[in-house]
Amino acid sequence: MHYAQTEVYAEDPKEQVLHLERKEDDSAGEESASAADRILRMETQNLSVYYQEVRGVDRVDMPVYADRVTALIGPSGCGKTTFLRSLNRMHDLTKGARVTGKALLDGKDIYAPGQDPILVRRKIGMVFQKPNPFPTMSIYDNVSSGLRLAGIRKRSILDEAVEYSLTHAALWNEVKDRLKSHAFSLSGGQQQRLCIARALAVEPEVILMDEPTSSLDPKGTASIEELITMLKEEVTIIMVTHNMHQAMRISDYTAFFYLGSLIEFGRTKQIFTHPREEKTEEYVGGQFG
Amino acid sequence: MNKGTRGYSRRRVSPIYRSWGDFIFSTILLMLGASIIFLAIAMAWVLWREGSPSIRRHGFFGFLMGSTWDPVGGVHGARPFITGTLITSFSSLLIAFIPAVSAAVISAEYAPSWLARIIDTLIDLLAAIPSVVIGIWGIFVFAPFMRDRIYLPLSFWAADHAPRLLPALGNPVSYNLTTAVIVLSFMIIPYITALTRDAIHLVPKDQREAAWALGATRWEVIRLAVLPYARGGIAAGAVLSLARAVGETMAVAMLIGNANNLPFRLFQPATTMPAVIVNEFREAVEQMHYASLMAVGLYLFIIAFIVNLAAASIQKRLSVGGRML
Repeated sequence: MHYAQTEVYAEDPKEQVLHLERKEDDSAGEESASAADRILRMETQNLSVYYQEVRGVDRVDMPVYADRVTALIGPSGCGKTTFLRSLNRMHDLTKGARVTGKALLDGKDIYAPGQDPILVRRKIGMVFQKPNPFPTMSIYDNVSSGLRLAGIRKRSILDEAVEYSLTHAALWNEVKDRLKSHAFSLSGGQQQRLCIARALAVEPEVILMDEPTSSLDPKGTASIEELITMLKEEVTIIMVTHNMHQAMRISDYTAFFYLGSLIEFGRTKQIFTHPREEKTEEYVGGQFG
Repeated sequence: MNKGTRGYSRRRVSPIYRSWGDFIFSTILLMLGASIIFLAIAMAWVLWREGSPSIRRHGFFGFLMGSTWDPVGGVHGARPFITGTLITSFSSLLIAFIPAVSAAVISAEYAPSWLARIIDTLIDLLAAIPSVVIGIWGIFVFAPFMRDRIYLPLSFWAADHAPRLLPALGNPVSYNLTTAVIVLSFMIIPYITALTRDAIHLVPKDQREAAWALGATRWEVIRLAVLPYARGGIAAGAVLSLARAVGETMAVAMLIGNANNLPFRLFQPATTMPAVIVNEFREAVEQMHYASLMAVGLYLFIIAFIVNLAAASIQKRLSVGGRML
């Protein structure tokens, strides 16, 4: 790991944010390292995930910078999806899965005793490989489902949140006249944007995306990629992708996983142009994968 | 390289096998399949032919609406039986539906796998009990229990405090409408449960995960993702169970008391279409009596057919990807 860490906490205890000084040893010239780049939203410390006794993710230390897109790449079975799903405690639901180590969100371990996984998942939303809107619900009900779960019933709040989320998911103009029609009447790309809007509606700090374009056609893929680059203004995104060009196009940071370990983490440009590790170079150079 | 199979795999396919194989196979399948459809049609036709003297005398709707059933006088109206069939089957579905769906949700969502296996086995076992066995349990155990613990106390209470209820309750006897409805609901629970459970198992994982990822609790996942997705299968299960309740003969005939005294009262005997057929077919020596029983059979056939069609259409409309979406 090529970053040195100095933990600095903000003064307001609610806004505790870890600051991280990166050693910019070889690509410093290209980076305008603004202050925002140093704000940590999440960080894993020695995070391992076990299935039964098999270790799927092996002692990962990784930072996630606020309002940036972090891409997780690596060959299939390398643990990137497993790692992603450990970041909002989705593994709590997998029988025989166990997580050790820490995953900090704004300085607090989401695996600490007393942390409610339900609340963790409201702070860290998720978008899946296949668009999975609720098929029996309307577009409006899909987007507002997270808020209604949180107990919000007031129509004006829901209306506003639905419009806000759909606008930010770049779907509002396409569906504003048919909010009551069923979610399945949308195209694949639209459905995926609907799922992103559904995740956005509860104003999460982080959105995890598990190969969000892998089941979409090129047009749908382009729309999601464009959306992701827009969304990082307001939300931190961690995205698993099997498509290295996609990682290059839209991510700010890239983490390369291999055999359950984090081999290298760095700025996307650096990972793809000057990887430090031999394994990374082989993978991004297309020698295996 | 596996050398041994090439000689076999390159063998010439005989022309007769090639050109006739498909034809023979599909012809056999067609004949076997058509024979089942033919059987159903033939049965309906026989019911019509044998029942038509009575339907012709009383009229299609006259037979349906008439409430006098007098084999000696030759007057036949099926309304008590049809009313009884509809009341017993719909009420038993009403009683059975929520407990049955709850059992399915517990087995599919909440119970650890060992407990789910036990629940599933017990439910399947319940479905496998012959209806005459349930009937005899009803006669000797359930009906006396209900009379002593429910019907009589309730009637006495009503006589003292709410005499207006008495006409609805009737004179309490063991074998009555309520006994039959409750036992019938026991009998259809396993069907609704099994079909609901299957429908729940078919809900894709990504639907549940969508709800989990929004911060849903376990029961919210069921409410938000599982039950809505499975509703087509659940509704179809309910309607198919209704069809079973409509056709259920033995246990109902043993427990309902068999009296066609409209209007029905809760604690007094009633009757249904299958019950009247099974009770009277031995005595049907009069031509018109025989024809009337056949006609009841025909109407039962039609009702069962309609219920099954309704089940198919409900499943199609409510299931995901169906017309309601």
